This record gives sequence, structure tokens and C-alpha cells, in this order.
Amino acid sequence: MTVAAQLVDATKKYGNVEALKGVSLNIELGEVVAILGPNGAGKTTSISILLGLRKPTSGKALLFGISPTDLKARSRVGVMLQESGVPAMLKVREIVDLFRSYYPKPMVADRAIAMAGLEEKANSLVKELSGGQRQRLYFALAVCGDPEVLFLDEPTVGMDVEGRRSFIERIAEFAKLGRTVVLTTHYLEEADQLAERVIVIDRGLVIADASPKEIKSKVAGKRVRFSATLTEKDLDGLPITTSTITDHTVQMFTNQPEAVLRELFKRGIEITELEVTGADLEDAFIALTTHKGPA
Amino acid sequence: MAAVAAVGRAPIGPMLVRQTWAEFLKLWRVPAFSATSIGLPLIFYAFIGIGQSSQEIFPHVRFGTYFLASMAVYSVANVMIFSFGISVATERGMKMDLLMRATPLPPLVYLLSRCITAIFFAAVTLAVLFPFAYFAGGVRVDPSVWATLASRVLLGSIPFIALGFAIGYLSGPNSAVAVINLIYLPTAFASGLFFPKQLLPEFIQHISPYLPLHFYGQLGWDAIGAPTNESVATDWLYLAGYGVLFFAIALWAYRREESRKFS
Repeated sequence: MTVAAQLVDATKKYGNVEALKGVSLNIELGEVVAILGPNGAGKTTSISILLGLRKPTSGKALLFGISPTDLKARSRVGVMLQESGVPAMLKVREIVDLFRSYYPKPMVADRAIAMAGLEEKANSLVKELSGGQRQRLYFALAVCGDPEVLFLDEPTVGMDVEGRRSFIERIAEFAKLGRTVVLTTHYLEEADQLAERVIVIDRGLVIADASPKEIKSKVAGKRVRFSATLTEKDLDGLPITTSTITDHTVQMFTNQPEAVLRELFKRGIEITELEVTGADLEDAFIALTTHKGPA
Repeated sequence: MAAVAAVGRAPIGPMLVRQTWAEFLKLWRVPAFSATSIGLPLIFYAFIGIGQSSQEIFPHVRFGTYFLASMAVYSVANVMIFSFGISVATERGMKMDLLMRATPLPPLVYLLSRCITAIFFAAVTLAVLFPFAYFAGGVRVDPSVWATLASRVLLGSIPFIALGFAIGYLSGPNSAVAVINLIYLPTAFASGLFFPKQLLPEFIQHISPYLPLHFYGQLGWDAIGAPTNESVATDWLYLAGYGVLFFAIALWAYRREESRKFS
């Protein structure tokens, strides 16, 4: 397989803040990859470095084996960034045609507009579009060059549930053409629906890189939640992977819920509102990004 | 990697045509720009120039002709500063520059498309102003004089492109118009584009001969045969100097922005 995008031990400092602390990634042609992480984890910084919009403090980024600032590399890549504007006084079709002219083998304008579901707005000025339509226009601009790799930075941020669902379908439709898709998100169900590979970034480091299924299995299979008055100390020695205590709500992940509960009862801890459920990707994600010890 | 060479890049020519067309539409559809940059010089000419058009202010130079040169200078510099200043500031405000940077559009094509558009708007402004002065102001000069005036005014506007860029990078999207008006209008007055410098306050008369619009104006006035303080060569020299200065400021401001946003 050919490597489409690559970060080699990339670090990034903004002043004294270390946004990336040494990230290495290989994204191969044809992969659909979700970069997952909480806000401020370093997702946008990673994408910006991959696209050559930011320079890494150390390490390097490569697109198709060459510098991402090389226009030859950029000619093979479509990009959708967070909160980037487009000229308000151009019509949808005009700006799609403009962006098509940047690429060597663009798709026909109507197809890009249709992929974004903007057929009825093709002759409207950008300023007349709603927020969701504008987001779809950015998608049309990202795919109109018929790129081999599509980068999407938090593409569904600010959308309602329905908008997000149909947007995910549009991305999946593009991925079905055999194209590489790299998207960042903090919506876990998006990663689960779309990606065959999930890279979890937290505090500037890759903490997991696996299929959604493996990520789920990496953490404990069951989530145990209950109300009780206790401290971290009461949980010492229990067969759990992670735990969080907020007010009186205790949440933990474990493969042996029965043993955990038996031990808690033995220690004489009063439990109410007990819930034991299977962990979904969201739980896995929380478990992976929860920091133990004094914060 | 052979695939890279095989795919290559989009041809520059069609890209430049598309980009220029888009830049034109962007400006054309903002009446605050298109209507004022074409209409205001006509209104000024109608109010100030026509009434006393036939009076001779210098030997063989009628006021109508003199004021035409003034308005040609005013309107072309106006187009250059505003079109660049406002579009740069607006796109920075919208973070459009970020998206453009991620595309394979070469920055030089982007820059060139804007220059072509601005020069086109400037030419349209003159193409409307000249017939207006001919018919409404009764301006009659040799065809070579029209040509000299137009070409000098267009060529001499280059420093103001750089000034527009500098303002676009140094001011915010909401303040750019105000900043431009605050700089441009007073210096246009101080350089004698609207009424003779003799009527200006004395301290401004001392500053006036050093202003870029003063030299630019003299190029226009000389073209229609009015006497000027300095020779045409001196005017060009000063304008070139201002061009270098404005370009240096624009470059500094651009680099400052680059290191903030993209490093």
C-alpha cells in the first residue's frame, strides 16, 4: 500500500503550550481514518501540520511522500477546515467552478454540488445559505477536485443530529469511491459509523490506534455506575480499568462486574441506583482519555 | 513516486481566468465598492468641475480639463486602495486565507488575479469619467493627451496597490474602510485633488509637497499641460520611492500575519 499522509514524530509548541508531544502516523491510500479526541487534544494541530498549514516544531509531515506545501501534493488533496469562510458574494456554482479550476482532474460541478446536496441552492449567493448549507458547500469545495485524500476537520460541528447523520452518509458515499478520508471528530458515533481505523489523541499524544472494535475491546467490556459516598481509596485493589467519581456518582469500567460488586459489598459500601451496561465506543473513549491520579 | 508526476497540477491559464472572474464578481456585487468607485468621481466632477469648466486657471488650461486630471488620479488611486485593502481585510476576517492556503492555488496567481481586476475597475472608472468630462464638461483635448493621462494615471497607481495591501493586513475587517477613508480622503484634499492647495491651511501646505498623491496628481496635471512644481521624472522617482516603502510595509505586515497564523 502507498502511504498517503504521514507524520513523523511531530511536535508542536504554541509558546509554552505543547499541543503535540511527538505524534507519528501513517495513513495509507484507501483508508478511512477518524482522529478522535476531546477538545484541545491536538486534532486540529495534527491536521494542520499534515496539510502544511502549520510547521511542526520538530519532526515532519509528508503528503504522498513529499512536502505538504508542495502544490503537487495539494493537487491530490481536498480539505474542509473548521470555520473557514468563503466569499459571500459568489454563487454556489461559481465558487465550485473556481475551486475546480485549482485541480488537475476535477469532477463535473453538478456532481460535486449533488454530493453535497446543494442542487437547489446552486444559483444562490453564499450569503443566502444557512449554516448547515454553508457547511455542505465546504464539503462540495473539498470534493470538487476529485481528490485522492479528503481531510475533514470536525465536519459536523454545530450540526443537529439529523444534519450530522446525513452528512456522515455523504462522507461515506465519497469514501466508497475508494478514496482516503481523514476526519477529526469528538463525536464518537461518527468514528464508529465511518472509520475502519480510529486514532485517539489526547493531550498531544496518540493513546490508541486501532479499529473501532479493537478500541472497544481494549477497555473493559462493562460499565458499572452507581451512587454512593466514597473516595478513590475505597476502590483500591478492585479489578477495574478506570474510574471516575463525580459528586456521589461513581462510574467504572471492568471485565468482572460481579467481582467488583462483591468486593464493594464486602467493604460495606452502600450502593444505590446501580447500573451495569456494555461499554460502547463512547465509554471506551472516556476510559481511554480519563486521567488517573491527581490532576 | 510515479503517481505524483502522472497527476501533476492544474494548468495556470484557466485558473487565472477563473480566479480573475471570481475577484471581479466579488467586487462588482458589492455596490458600496462598485457604485462608489465609479459614481463618486462623476458626482464630484458634476458638482465641482462642470460649473466653472470653461474658466482658464492656467494659460490655455481650462478648469474642466484640470479637474478631470484631478478626478482621474483620485478615482484610480481610490480603486486600488479600496479593492485591495477591503478584500484582504475581509478575507483575513473570514479566515478565508486559511482555506485558500490549503488549496493548490499558487499565491502568485491569486495576487495577479486581484491586480488584473483592480486595473480593470480602474480602467472602467476612466472609461466612464472621460466621456462624462467630454460631453458634460466640454473638455476638448488632443487624443494623445487623453492617452497620456490614462496611461500615466494607471501606471502611477501601482504604489497605491501596495498601500491597499498594507492597510488590508494591518487593519481588521471592520475597520479597513474607516482606516482607508481616514488616510485617503484627507491626503487627497491635502494634495490639491479637490481644490487648489492655496486654500489649504498653511501647515498642510508645508506637508502637501511630500505626499504621494501630490506627485501622483502632478503626473496627471502635467499630462494636460498644467504647470507643476517638479519635473515628471522627479514625480516618477518619488512615486517609485513611495511604492518601495509601501511594498516593504505590506511585506512586513504579510510576514507578521504568516508567522502568527501559519508557523
